[in-house]
Amino acid sequence: MNIVVCVKYVPDAQADRTFNASDNTTDRVNVDGLLSELDEYAVEEALKIVEAGEGEVTVLTVGPDQASDAIKKALQMGADKGVHVNDEAIHGSDALATSLVLAEAIKKIGMPDLVVTGMASTDGTMGVVPIMLAERLGVPAVTFASELTVSGSGVSARRDGDAASLTVEAGLPALVSVTDQINEPRYPSFKGIMAAKKKPVENWTLADLGIDSGAVGLANAWTKVEAVAARPPRAVGTIVKDEGDGGAKLAGFLAERKFI
Amino acid sequence: MAEVLVLVDHVDGACRKTTSELLTIARRLGEPSAVFVGAGVDAAKETLAAFGAEKVYRADAAALTDYLVVPQAELLAHLVATVSPAAVLLASSAEGKEIAARLAVKIGSGLITDAVDVQSDGAGGVMTTQTAFAGGYTVKATVTHGVPVVAVKPNSAAPEAVSGAAADVAVDFTPSALASGARISAVKPRERTGRPELTEAAIVVSGGRGTGGDFSKVEAFADSLGAAVGASRAAVDAGWYPHTSQVGQTGKQVSPQLYVACGISGAIQHRAGMQTSKTIVAINKDEEAPIFELVDFGVVGDLFAVLPQATGEVTARKG
Repeated sequence: MNIVVCVKYVPDAQADRTFNASDNTTDRVNVDGLLSELDEYAVEEALKIVEAGEGEVTVLTVGPDQASDAIKKALQMGADKGVHVNDEAIHGSDALATSLVLAEAIKKIGMPDLVVTGMASTDGTMGVVPIMLAERLGVPAVTFASELTVSGSGVSARRDGDAASLTVEAGLPALVSVTDQINEPRYPSFKGIMAAKKKPVENWTLADLGIDSGAVGLANAWTKVEAVAARPPRAVGTIVKDEGDGGAKLAGFLAERKFI
Repeated sequence: MAEVLVLVDHVDGACRKTTSELLTIARRLGEPSAVFVGAGVDAAKETLAAFGAEKVYRADAAALTDYLVVPQAELLAHLVATVSPAAVLLASSAEGKEIAARLAVKIGSGLITDAVDVQSDGAGGVMTTQTAFAGGYTVKATVTHGVPVVAVKPNSAAPEAVSGAAADVAVDFTPSALASGARISAVKPRERTGRPELTEAAIVVSGGRGTGGDFSKVEAFADSLGAAVGASRAAVDAGWYPHTSQVGQTGKQVSPQLYVACGISGAIQHRAGMQTSKTIVAINKDEEAPIFELVDFGVVGDLFAVLPQATGEVTARKG
């Protein structure tokens, strides 16, 4: 079974994440970045599926130069090869354009049996690129899988919704997005780190995918950020030490704010 | 005035609170029309009429409800083509966002998700507000292409009661063959706790590592306030509380009037799920815990001492 895993290079959530002052896009250059934590679950799940049978895992990313770090990490974990789509014109693309680039790249790689993604990125956090990608590829999407079973002809997953837990089934080829409940991602081993250096990574531009630069990028996004503002820091609150009356003081605060 | 389509978020006809919020927002943009998919439309109509729905488009067929996301997106695309609405509003739940995303690709529209406010931009479009980077930034955005598709978070508007005609419009629609790609083969309803739903609740009380796995004091305090119970990722990963109650980046994002964090340190992952709460209270043994940087009121102390006393006080004050 051949699998393409889509991953994203994101600003480290532990660092001070910010926007570019000039165009309100996410700053991906002046902030330490890494493979989105939620994509590690996707890489792990793909590796488990292939290890249980046969086939190979291709890791795909769209992003600036630094995004090669995300591919490297996935290769170190055990993915077989990488594809990095990198083009100035992609800067500032919205989810719709990103899903278009991913879809064309997957078609060029060759439609796999399974496309696996994380549930959302840790920076934009919209969680919609997987479903848009499935829409563009014309394949069924089994999203937010917290448990996954793959057979020769299809997938079955547990999806925990707000009101109920669903079992969702689809035939192959299909797209699956996975939650952080599905597995425990492995750490790259020393051997994996050494082996990754020899694994092939292809670098593609929009021209390689036959995508017109007028279809992507900030200027062609279908939404426009009008303004970004740092939230004012919260006013310093009252903090009391419990000296046997902490609970009563807490209730007093709640009463004062009319919660009781 | 152009119609504004609102996809009704419901369980067998019982409308979730977001529906009345979406109808309220829709009135700022045009004339609200509810879109109801599945069984129970008669039960829902009273609520829809009470919050200003002028029309109720309804469709109920196994072809629409037995498959994930796609049939509802196709139905909305069909309605967009038929009625040319000013906007389409959905709940920003996992499913709502996915229906919105499929719809946006189908009809060639810009998409906004996780909106915490939606206003008219004064030119027939929408001006949305979102928060970014774990609540650290506020982002205002417009949709520049197509019929705006906006997924709105719960608690983003105070529902305003205003009566609407709720005129019944049956929609005759058959989804495409592609729509049956992902089949829902089993549905296991969530166990009922008798507490409010986490994302809709006005008050949320959450427990973390500091509970040591004993949520009884957290639950008792929540019940004294009529609150929902949440949990941090640490508590969920330890198997102390179900993942469906997890508050944080990979769990539920909540924005209640009051959020009470008990024995939760306040890692960025957790903050992403609760930082936009109106009032924040924390109880933690460690006075250095980052959660105290966010609070309106904090108690440095043992939650097993503080919570029972607070529960007693709340109960006494409520008489």
